[in-house]
Amino acid sequence: MTALSLKNLDIFYGEAHITHDVNLEIADGESFALVGESGSGKSTVLKAIAGLAPEWTGEINVFGKPRSHGIDRAFSRQCQMVFQDPYGSLHPRKTVDATLGEALTIHGIGDRSARIEEVMSSVGLDRKFRFRFPHQLSGGQRQRVAIARALMLKPKVLLLDEPTSALDVSVQAEILNLLKRLRQEQNLTFLMVTHNLPVVSFLCDRLAVMRQGRIVEVADVADLKRGDLKDPYSRELMHISAAHAN
Amino acid sequence: MTTLRDWLIDDSPASPMQARLGRFYRIFGALMHNPLAVVGAIIILVLVLTALFAPWIATHDPLRQALGERLLPPSAAHWMGTDELGRDIWSRVVYGARITLAIVTLVAVLAAPAGLVIGVAAGYFGGWVDRILMGITDIFLSLPKLILALAFVAALGPGIENAIIAIAITSWPGYARVARAETMTFKNSEFISAVRLLGASSLRVNLGHVLPLCTSSMIVRVTLDMAGIILTAAGLGFIGLGAQPPLPEWGAMISRGRSFILDQWWVATMPGFAIILVSLGFCFLGDGLRDVLDPKSGEQR
Amino acid sequence: MNPLLEIENLRVTFPTPRGDLEVVRGLSFTLGRERLGIVGESGSGKSMTGRSILKLVRAPGRVTADKLTFDGIDLLTRSERQMRPIRGARISMVMQDPKFSLNPVMTIGEQIAEALLTHQRLPRREVNNRVLTMLESVRIADPERVAKLYPHEVSGGMGQRVMIAMMLIPEPDLLIADEPTSALDVSVQAQVLDIIDELVKRKGMGLIFISHDLNLVSSYCDRILVMNTGEVVEECKAGELMNAKHPYTRGLIASIPRLDETRTELPVLDRSAWAKK
Repeated sequence: MTALSLKNLDIFYGEAHITHDVNLEIADGESFALVGESGSGKSTVLKAIAGLAPEWTGEINVFGKPRSHGIDRAFSRQCQMVFQDPYGSLHPRKTVDATLGEALTIHGIGDRSARIEEVMSSVGLDRKFRFRFPHQLSGGQRQRVAIARALMLKPKVLLLDEPTSALDVSVQAEILNLLKRLRQEQNLTFLMVTHNLPVVSFLCDRLAVMRQGRIVEVADVADLKRGDLKDPYSRELMHISAAHAN
Repeated sequence: MTTLRDWLIDDSPASPMQARLGRFYRIFGALMHNPLAVVGAIIILVLVLTALFAPWIATHDPLRQALGERLLPPSAAHWMGTDELGRDIWSRVVYGARITLAIVTLVAVLAAPAGLVIGVAAGYFGGWVDRILMGITDIFLSLPKLILALAFVAALGPGIENAIIAIAITSWPGYARVARAETMTFKNSEFISAVRLLGASSLRVNLGHVLPLCTSSMIVRVTLDMAGIILTAAGLGFIGLGAQPPLPEWGAMISRGRSFILDQWWVATMPGFAIILVSLGFCFLGDGLRDVLDPKSGEQR
Repeated sequence: MNPLLEIENLRVTFPTPRGDLEVVRGLSFTLGRERLGIVGESGSGKSMTGRSILKLVRAPGRVTADKLTFDGIDLLTRSERQMRPIRGARISMVMQDPKFSLNPVMTIGEQIAEALLTHQRLPRREVNNRVLTMLESVRIADPERVAKLYPHEVSGGMGQRVMIAMMLIPEPDLLIADEPTSALDVSVQAQVLDIIDELVKRKGMGLIFISHDLNLVSSYCDRILVMNTGEVVEECKAGELMNAKHPYTRGLIASIPRLDETRTELPVLDRSAWAKK
């Protein structure tokens, strides 16, 4: 079954035409990466799916149903997003408890305390962090809170916007392991935006390379591991990444 | 005492209440490290206590006239002397604290929330909502405060209640501007996007998430504005459009003392002194609060 | 030959309500005309080390050292005023984000010229020529046009090249680059680093390259210091990084995913392993 499908997606910011004719099919339970450099439009695609960039034409289907341009509650139970900057994605005046409980209040879900503790333990956050403010947490802990918030409504699709690029490498490893485990445990579909090809290699099954608002290549991650990408631009990205690692 | 402190600075609070109190404790602690803020806080505390316990602090009835004791200089019997009707100035200044406190509190309660709501709405929704709301705000801002207040009092009729309403009407636009600017910086932040993605309504996003972020700068702004409010109220009192005789309002008292300023200096000076002191107190406290509450510099410590 | 920079037992301390916090704890190294990389994660004290060389640690932070000399000059006893002719002219620093380091209301040409004129008196035409040559040497194709632009009119990569031009035009002896490319795309990153590398080699400068990126540092430096919680845990030649001995360094290397990743789980640093020592 298809979890997410984009058809002829053109996204605009006012006058600016950000993406051209983006087509993607992502299967249920798949982990898919959108890679590219800044300005390629990869984050904008994610925002359009989430509902944060409402000016688009074409089709966005989530589990077969076309998505409206706004944000509605039914959609928010299916699809959530994790942001790049763990310092900017948590409300500075709200405790972890308040941040996580917000989703339950909005959707009128009871059993608050138990559900918060359950999600906290599934993202590896000790109970003692529950009433802390963001400034009392480290970057890695904040990102765990952000992931926990996205999981509060038990969504099927998780949109990940460079979830580890603001973190130290040792913390990045922890968060990547966590995401991998959560995906297995909860049968999640991932759509991750990143510029880091090794991260794609670790976490994803397939990838699409974007350049200047267009998808230039869709490939299996196995091809990436073998160094077997076809498009010249994707190969260039791959080579820079490989050279960098040695 | 140490256990309470430990509970407050506990890194892993056990309840939302403890977390919140801990935060206030840290802010309070930071404020206490700023000597000027402490001075300001003490002045304001003294003002509040004076207002509360005026009957016990005053040595005379502030309204009782004793024509035989007109214009006496400060002495043991009358600490600040007496005015042209023989009333004890010390007692009048003490009771005046009640009026001043009532004015600043009421103006803050009326103007700050109004400005906050209008500013947040304008900043969050943008577009024509912003244009209309800010257009109205700009009209108010383009008129001099005292003149505008004068016009309102003239229309509503003199009196302390109308003076308060007039001052409130003239001070909300400043708060609306601040709230709008703050909202615009926060509205595109990721934590607001995250709440929207959870399916929260605009009302919920604004009241529950944007507004609390604007309140600290609002508190700072209001505290700093208090001095101006007191001066405007005194100004209205001075030209006879604020508090009416025989109410012991400080501005009105100065106005009455004007005629004797050369020979009986204390009549106008004593209430003037009170105005300066209280204004300074609010300024010091406001500066201290700004250092502590400013989201850009505070809270990180 | 005398070393360019000698540091012995450098300590940077910040007072906190719970006692003093040492962010750099007894760091010592000497630097010749070579490229030294300082690697560490956030909170390791790597940036504070760079700042304390220029005495840019702000109060209430305190810098102490047994020795802090640059080209025979004792920096510790120098006053703020005496530091000024050293900063920029002899030791330069490139920061992470050009957006915050360039003055938004001056054109790029003016800013680079100012960097030069602060330390030398030169006739106008000469200044102009030097600015254009400098822009050319950081591989900006049409320097005359770019010199007239304002910082917001150029891309991140171009901005960072402008920063480098600004820092290098007074021909310093030592360049401190603190995460000079973290805000840039990988392809631009490589270009910028190549430019720094080339200029450092050509002018025989010393370079201190501060970064969180082990791989990047090892490919652009001669020697590497790995820092953790304010201390140097490993010092080695860049080529020998893969044979690192300290568990922290090894853990760090292992936790980086590879392009041909086959592990199902990444090893996570066990911080308790050496924290006790």
